Amino acid sequence: MTTDAAIPSKASTLRVEPLGDQALLVLLGDRIDPGVNDQVHQLAALLRAGALPGVSDLVPAYATLAVHYDPATWSAASLGAELDRIWQGAATAAPPAPRQVEIPVCYGLEFGPDLAEVAVHCGLSEAEIVARHAGAEYRVYMLGFAPGFAYLGGLDPAIAAPRRQTPRLKVPAGSVGIAGMQTGIYPLETPGGWQIIGRSPQRLFRPGLEEPCLLKPGDRLRFVPISLEAYEAFTEEPS
Amino acid sequence: MSILVETPGLLTTLQDLGRRGYQHLGVGPSGAMDPVSSALANLLVGNPAGAAAMEITLAGPTLCFEHDALIALGGADLSPEIEQQPVFLWRPTLVRAGARLSFGPALRGCRCYLAVAGGFRVPAVMNSASTQLSAGFGGFQGRALKRGDLLATGGPGERYPGLRQRFNRGTRPFLALDWFPPWYMELDFLRPAGLRMIPGPQWPSLPDAARRSFLAERFQVAPNSDRMGIRLRGPKLEFEHPMEMISSGVATGTVQLPPDGSPILLMADRQTTGGYPRLGELASVDLAKAAQLRSGEDLSFTTITCEAARELMLERAARFRALERTLSGRMTE
Repeated sequence: MTTDAAIPSKASTLRVEPLGDQALLVLLGDRIDPGVNDQVHQLAALLRAGALPGVSDLVPAYATLAVHYDPATWSAASLGAELDRIWQGAATAAPPAPRQVEIPVCYGLEFGPDLAEVAVHCGLSEAEIVARHAGAEYRVYMLGFAPGFAYLGGLDPAIAAPRRQTPRLKVPAGSVGIAGMQTGIYPLETPGGWQIIGRSPQRLFRPGLEEPCLLKPGDRLRFVPISLEAYEAFTEEPS
Repeated sequence: MSILVETPGLLTTLQDLGRRGYQHLGVGPSGAMDPVSSALANLLVGNPAGAAAMEITLAGPTLCFEHDALIALGGADLSPEIEQQPVFLWRPTLVRAGARLSFGPALRGCRCYLAVAGGFRVPAVMNSASTQLSAGFGGFQGRALKRGDLLATGGPGERYPGLRQRFNRGTRPFLALDWFPPWYMELDFLRPAGLRMIPGPQWPSLPDAARRSFLAERFQVAPNSDRMGIRLRGPKLEFEHPMEMISSGVATGTVQLPPDGSPILLMADRQTTGGYPRLGELASVDLAKAAQLRSGEDLSFTTITCEAARELMLERAARFRALERTLSGRMTE
């Protein structure tokens, strides 16, 4: 093989470790890093396109890809070797351009009960918090924790704020919050301790749909501020 | 065809063998906690092994059959009765319209499965009939069964014609086949349960003394265990330095070690990713045994290699295929 020289970004062999007898974990790095995460999504896309028999789930995380398989089709060793073959054999073309998703958010008011507190904590005006939150592009590193919940990267450090001291028993679905250097959207009504600064009328998780989640791993996301009137008038595209 | 829920029991849900293909969206597998018992009960009534069954937890429901039905019960022995007559587990059983199935004391195990010929008719959500309790979808209206729920089912079909003839000639509320296959090798509810774990990446980082006590001492199932995870009480296990982990995929059977030192065994309603150190994963063949442990019961761990665990899984699959062949012969008698 001579293609190795053309793919300097790829490790010589994939690092793979068993995740029990029906899954394995491919390790593409060991830190939260956009470049490492790009490789995770690139490998996931390659394997999805290849539609490997006996593989049921490909689960991207920050730096790893979990591959769930049928032990009647694969052993950890045979699947690991196949994944490596696919990865080494793939062209070095840049990964496909990520999807761009816009999430409308009505900031403040009764939808963002913690906006004032976040503003005080950060020493900025409420308008400045909103401008910075809506001014950034976020990367969907991975989904996890709950159906449709996206782990986002890209929060402006100037608007990072600690979790609430007392978590709320009920945070409505669609709530947009900040916790430390993380920001995110609650896909379902759950208890939660994030500082809630707004709410989106867009539902993130609709289990009855063919595409149940609005967000996918690897997407890029922007928050678009909307008025209360626009929030109330919002209608989702028909399902 | 339908079944009326007269009382729901402690936690009664519809589950198939789990939801595949949606974990990248944060949607975990759910499904029967004890997939072996669920699959065997389904095979007995002529359903595919992966059909939905009713998962019944410790205190069972009272169910009224509104039409004649062919059923099988498997898994935990929760003293099932039809019209006050004891019913055997693991036997294809015809039930007459109007008869009631109820449960008594939990004698052995934690989860019993009721399969009905023709299956439970619920809409598939993301290709599965499994109930996801925390997000509220799948199964019957995304929740545990309640009093008054009416469950649509398929019909008994033409299976076991000999049994059916005898049933039709009589008036008893139920009639069971007096034969059942010898599959006790699959159902080793031994106590204390020995579970086999494939060591994971953080296992070698655990201090020697902690590894020794993990393997030598007994744990108990903590009362706050549920379908998401079996929480263990026992020796506290700690790393010398806190492990800095970033969230990564997990599996059913992953043994996590949170900072409080008490391991958690991730089960059917687990999340798709986790951020705690992983001691390892249970051999898949032992998941059913773990699922049948009750709060307060003892368990202990040994280790196994990934290859040996896979061999055990393949051997079980071969026994299942043999059983399916036997049953397809019996079902025409």
